[in-house]
Order: sequence, then structure tokens, then C-alpha cells
Amino acid sequence: MKASIRRRLPLLVTAGTFVVLFVTAGIMYDGFFSSRVFVNLFTDTASTGVAAVGMTLVIFSGGIDLSVGAVIGFTSILMATLVEKHGVHPAVAATAALALGAGLGAFMGMLIQVFRQPPFLVTLAGMFLARGGAWWISTESTEIKHPLLVGLSGFAWEPGGGLRLPTTALVLVAALAAGYVLAHHTRFGRNLLAIGGNEQSALLMGLPVAATKIWVYTLNGACAALAGLVAVIYSGSGNPSQGIGLELDAIAVVVIGGTLLSGGRGHMLGTLFGILIFGTIQSALLFDGRLGSAWLRIVVGLLLLGFILLQRLMLGRADRRS
Amino acid sequence: MSETRLQSFCRSPVVWPLAGILLLVLVNLVHDRSTAFLQVTVTDGHLYGTLVDILNQGSRCMLVALGMTLVIAVSGVDLSVGSLMAVGAAVAAVLLAREAHSVALAMTAALAATALAGLASGLLVTWVRVQPIVATLILMVVGRGVAQLITDGNVIIIQRAGFEFLGNGYLLGLPFSTVLVVALYLGAQVVLRRSAAGLFIEAAGDNETASRFAGLAVGRVKCLAYMTSGLCAGLAGLLAASNIRAADTLRGGENMELDAIFAVVVGGTALTGGRFSLLGSLVGALLLQTLTVTMYNLGVPPAVAPVPKALLIIGVCLLQSEKSRRWLGGLWSARKAA
Repeated sequence: MKASIRRRLPLLVTAGTFVVLFVTAGIMYDGFFSSRVFVNLFTDTASTGVAAVGMTLVIFSGGIDLSVGAVIGFTSILMATLVEKHGVHPAVAATAALALGAGLGAFMGMLIQVFRQPPFLVTLAGMFLARGGAWWISTESTEIKHPLLVGLSGFAWEPGGGLRLPTTALVLVAALAAGYVLAHHTRFGRNLLAIGGNEQSALLMGLPVAATKIWVYTLNGACAALAGLVAVIYSGSGNPSQGIGLELDAIAVVVIGGTLLSGGRGHMLGTLFGILIFGTIQSALLFDGRLGSAWLRIVVGLLLLGFILLQRLMLGRADRRS
Repeated sequence: MSETRLQSFCRSPVVWPLAGILLLVLVNLVHDRSTAFLQVTVTDGHLYGTLVDILNQGSRCMLVALGMTLVIAVSGVDLSVGSLMAVGAAVAAVLLAREAHSVALAMTAALAATALAGLASGLLVTWVRVQPIVATLILMVVGRGVAQLITDGNVIIIQRAGFEFLGNGYLLGLPFSTVLVVALYLGAQVVLRRSAAGLFIEAAGDNETASRFAGLAVGRVKCLAYMTSGLCAGLAGLLAASNIRAADTLRGGENMELDAIFAVVVGGTALTGGRFSLLGSLVGALLLQTLTVTMYNLGVPPAVAPVPKALLIIGVCLLQSEKSRRWLGGLWSARKAA
């Protein structure tokens, strides 16, 4: 019983932090305690959240991907240009965007696995590639007028009780659910954690290390492209500068969720709470209105620092005990 | 068999980036069908020309690459340099906005701030034992936020004669920023190679455990490396602000981290740490600046500039990887056998 609590401690700390933050914001700002604000936590962070789901899987394996923000920008402007300027059907354009994202991910995974290059360097180069590609397509943002995409923007599922779940929130919830199943109820997810824990042992156990690592970057590339599609639906336009700095937000969300940055330990539910914490800070800053966007960066950075310190503290204690 | 001078030159880390620069210059000459690219004229006792411009505009990346070399040599990496450039520029700009503050005071304050930020990264890495990427990523994000906070998110115009000299002045006919960087390089070379400091850095990066058992204060060496990197980034931020006579906290120093890492990697310092070459990094930074100028010359829009850069980085990394070396080596020995 005690051991299981200790194992779940990072998750409990994250959940507790969210409750404290949400209640504090609710007391400080009028109208914060409402189902609309709560749903907005999902809607406003949908793009970051979907990227964070993929990032969680990559970090499970002990890797990191700095290219997600740029892939979001690339997908966003590619989608808008294909649909608005070339008359391509949105479904076809979306498929192409997802395939390109997955392709870039697979390419980076291959460089990392086959040529033994450090993940941060390869994905940093991938970030330049995707952002340069996005600005190559267009440096101006393009408004989306296609009826299908406009319809998706305005659509919301109303399960009753005054709840309105827009498309972007639904996509985020679906991505989280899929990520949860993939991470904790499939062989692939267990392989990821095993590789992140100790790659050498995983190799000796006969796990398909190379294939798993390439697949996880491919999957993350597709996730980032999906996040880009979400951004298009959310903002109603394609913008090549979308998602600058978003990779750090995604990493922060994952780490705040209690996932170990060195890999091998973590939980997808933690990422859910990480997204909620991130959304709460964003909403609170918006409600306050006096504090600029610079503060979001600072608060997220400090929160990231705080949770890393906490992880070190708990890990240090666990190491001493064993 | 003793090595000839040519052989040892071919193995020096400077050869590859130097060859790259020559290739790019050749591309420009062929594209222009004239020697305009190489022309250097003397006006008012100052040198003018594209090559001088490369030296001037490339000096910031050269400076950041110097600090980055030391951090990478102790098997770390510093992603915060771009943000720290913005912090340095912001601190100096805010202080210089008041006539009462002297240029020296503003610059000292700016450099102290960025050196302190570098020390913070160093402590996170050595004391808290956070991975270098993550520790400096935190500084990168918080730093940019703090810089924007200092200037209220505005671009601050700087109008002080003494400060403008830093990025626009000339000394001995050469741009002052270039002279400054070369002087710093020579100073660093003397300090690192004439004392045991360079050896300490290489030892700490090569094998941390062994160095610790040998009695080396690895933590202190690493902290000093990160501090130096912060200091270099701050000075580069001042050069940039002086060059455009303004502090831009939103975009100042943007993407500098990758440029500097690239310059270091191309210059022959392995990302795994250990042996390093400051001169290699300087030449690597010049290669990057030459690439940028070449792309402008060929009419590539500035927005697309990241693409060829990224491709070059991937290419260089692949060439340096063990796998492709073994593969190329195999080709070589197969031809010898035939």
C-alpha cells in the first residue's frame, strides 16, 4: 500500500498542484469557477496538449524533440495554402500534412538511431528545417474560408448540463486517451519505458530497440502535425510563425506531469494534469490582464524548475533507500 | 614514420570549415562572374568590402561560439545564449536610457547579469544534476521573459557615442568587434594552453569520474565554463545592440544557440566533450556567416535561410558520425586493396 503511494507520488503532487492553483485562481478572480473556464483549459491548450502527448512518449524513451513547434507552424501554413490557394480538399491536405510530419519524425529518428547523433541536435536541425519550410511556403498568415474547416471551428458537442465541448477540446481528449492506451496498455509503451530506463538492458532483453525508437519519433512527428491542424481549427488561419517556443511548453507540461526527463518513468495521466496546470496559469494571467505574456514564460520556466528540483529530491531519497 | 607538415595540417580541425569557406567564396565568384566579392577597399583609413563585412557581422557568433566551445568541452551544452544576448542588451539599454549612467557601468551591469545567469545554469548542472539541455532550456525561456520584462516588451533605442563604437567602430582599419573577438581568443588561448586550465576542461569533459578521482574540482570547472559562456553571450548581446543602436528583446539573439553549436561542431569539437579547438569554432562561425552572405547574394529570401543551414548541420554531423566514417573508410581501403 505504502509502496504504491510512493510510486504514484509524482502524479499525486501534480494533481494536488493543479487543485491548489485552480482554487487559488478561483478565489482571486471572479467568474473563474465555471464549467466554461474549465472546458477552456482544454480548448486553449489543445495544440500544446496534443504535442505534449507525443512528447511524453518520446521522453519515456529517454529522448527529446525540439522540432514540434516548428512542425506545427509548417503544418498550419501548408494546410491553409493547399486548401485556400490550390483548392485541395481539407481531408487530402490534412492527410498530406500528417504524412509529412510523420516523415520528418521518421527521418530524425533514423539519424538519431542509425547514426548515433544526439536527439537534441538532430531535432534542433529539424526545427530549423520545418520553420524554414514554413516561411518558404509563405511569410504571411492566410485566413481559412473553406466551409468544412469553418464548420469544424464553430462545431461544439453539447452533452448536456450546459457543457460545450469544441472540436479542439475533443481532439485533445481523444489524443490523451489514445496516448494513455498506447503508453500503458501496449507492448510498444512498455518497450518505450524499458528503453528509457536502460537502453542496454532493453537491447539484451531482445526488445526491438531500433524500431521502437524510430517509431516513437515518427509518431511524435505525426502528433505535432495533428497539433498543427488543431491550431488551424482553433485560430481559423494558417500562420507560419505558429508555435514558436511551443516545444518548451510541451516539455514543461510533460515534466510537470511527473515524467522523468531522463526517461524510463512517467505516466500519461500526469501529462493530463500538466496540461491543466499550464492552462490554469494561462487563463489566470488572461483574467488578471495586468501581466503581459512575458510572465507566462517566466512562470512556466520557474514551475519547470520547481518540478525538476522536486524530482531530484525524490529520486535522491529513493536512491539512498535502495 | 614522422608526419609531414602537410599531413598534420590536414588533420587539424580548421581544415574542413576553411575548405567550406573557400568553396562558398568560389560559388559567389562564379555566380557574380566578377571578383567583387573579394574586393577590399580603403576609405578614410577603414577597410570596406564583403569580406570585412563577414568578419564584422560574424563576430557575434564567433564570440558566442568561444564560450560554447568551453561548455561543450566539459560535455555540456548551452541553449540559453540567445536569450542571454537579449538580457545583456536589455540591461544595458535600460541603464543607458538615463544620461547619468556611464557606458562602462551599463556594460559591467549587463555582463554581470549574464555571467550570473551562466552561473545559475552551471549550478543547476553540477549541483542539482539536471541534464545540461534542460537546465539551459529553463534559462533560455525565463531569460527571454526577463529581458522582455526589463524593457516592457519594447525595442529601446540607444544613442550614446561611446556605446555605438562597440559594434560600429574601427580599430587599426578593422571593425572593432572583430578586433575585440580576436583579442579575446588570443587571451583565452594563452590562459587555457599556457596554464593547466585547458587540460582541466578537457579532463572534466572526457572522463568526469576519473578526473574527480584525480583530485580535480569538476563541478567548479564546469560552473566556470557556463559562466564564461554567459559572459560571452552577454558581450555578444552588447555588440548586437550597439550594431543596430537598439535593444530588441523579442528577436535579438534569436537562433544563436544553434548557430553557435553548429560553429563548434564544424570546428572539430565533439559534442561528447573532451578535446576542443577554439580556433576551429571561430572558423566554423565564419563559415556560417559566409553561408548567410552567400545566400543573400544568390537571392535566397532571408526567411528560407534556416533550411540550407539545417541541411548543412545534418550533413556535417553525418560526416562526423562513426558509422559513416567507417563506411567511407571501408571504401578507401577497398580502393587501396584493388
